[in-house]
Amino acid sequence: MTVSPTLDKRFREAAAAAGLLDVAYDLAETPVGTLLVATTDRGLCRISYDPQPERDAESLAQTFGVRVLRAAKPIDPVRRQLDEYFDGSRTTFELPLDLRVTGFNREVLKRLARVPYGQLTTYGTLAAEAHRPKAARAVGVVMNRNPIPIVLPCHRVVGASGSLVGYAGGLDRKEQLLTLEGALQPKLDV
Amino acid sequence: MALVSVPPFESFYEENQDAVLRELRRLLGRDAEDAYQETFLRALRAYGRLKNADNLRAWVLTIARRVAADHYRRREAKPEPAEPKRDSRPAYAELGELADELPRKERAAVVLRYGYDLSYAAIGAALGSSEDAARQAASSGIRRLRRSMR
Repeated sequence: MTVSPTLDKRFREAAAAAGLLDVAYDLAETPVGTLLVATTDRGLCRISYDPQPERDAESLAQTFGVRVLRAAKPIDPVRRQLDEYFDGSRTTFELPLDLRVTGFNREVLKRLARVPYGQLTTYGTLAAEAHRPKAARAVGVVMNRNPIPIVLPCHRVVGASGSLVGYAGGLDRKEQLLTLEGALQPKLDV
Repeated sequence: MALVSVPPFESFYEENQDAVLRELRRLLGRDAEDAYQETFLRALRAYGRLKNADNLRAWVLTIARRVAADHYRRREAKPEPAEPKRDSRPAYAELGELADELPRKERAAVVLRYGYDLSYAAIGAALGSSEDAARQAASSGIRRLRRSMR
């Protein structure tokens, strides 16, 4: 005997509506692939490329609490803004964020959040803005661990020479996002 | 990072949802679906305070049984209006009506035996016949009633 999709969905929605979850998450389909999107009652807390729901749920539980449940509705506002971003009609996200990071990480991510759509900055610039001008490499580590890529635009951060350097979601995606934003010329497939 | 010893609720839920529904269907039949949601909401309320992951299946089945017991109590406290009204007349009155068509002696034997719960000896005495004759009158009355009710 298995639980019907309707009954399953009804429980998930009720759990979210009752405010009983530490984290709600769901999958979102985008041009850069399927993303796992997670929110707490304070705001968006995670976007993961190449989701592995079991591993991701475990990691969310470690940071935000064990009451982690997949539920579609709490994710809807994020899903909508991502759709608008990818169809080009949105250039800034208006979403509360729940960032559980402190110190230098937090300083860097706060500065990163202000890098405008379609513009590039460098690891060194962010390091200087966070008052540690020699910490470009450390900024790279913070970017690599960015819990909310796309919305916190680490794809807009490049090397001093203009090379893309790296991206936790893979360089292809970094190129794709920057091309969408008009910061890179589209590559012509021959 | 906190050290967490219970799995994320999602894994717990996926592992136990079928077992919980099965138990609730066994206990409640068609009311199982309401109780299903209630069981997991109760589990979710308590889940953040669990100290270890021993026997989560047994734990959630206990919750399911408590929810089922609450449903039973509610059902009893508030009988469903659709249920037909119970006949409050005593058994002999009902039986008297049913047995109206029977021959006089059979009718008396049936009503006294099945409506008043008298022994055949007592019925025989009341009708001025033997115990065996009373038994026979009652049983042939019942047979006739059965035939007429078909």
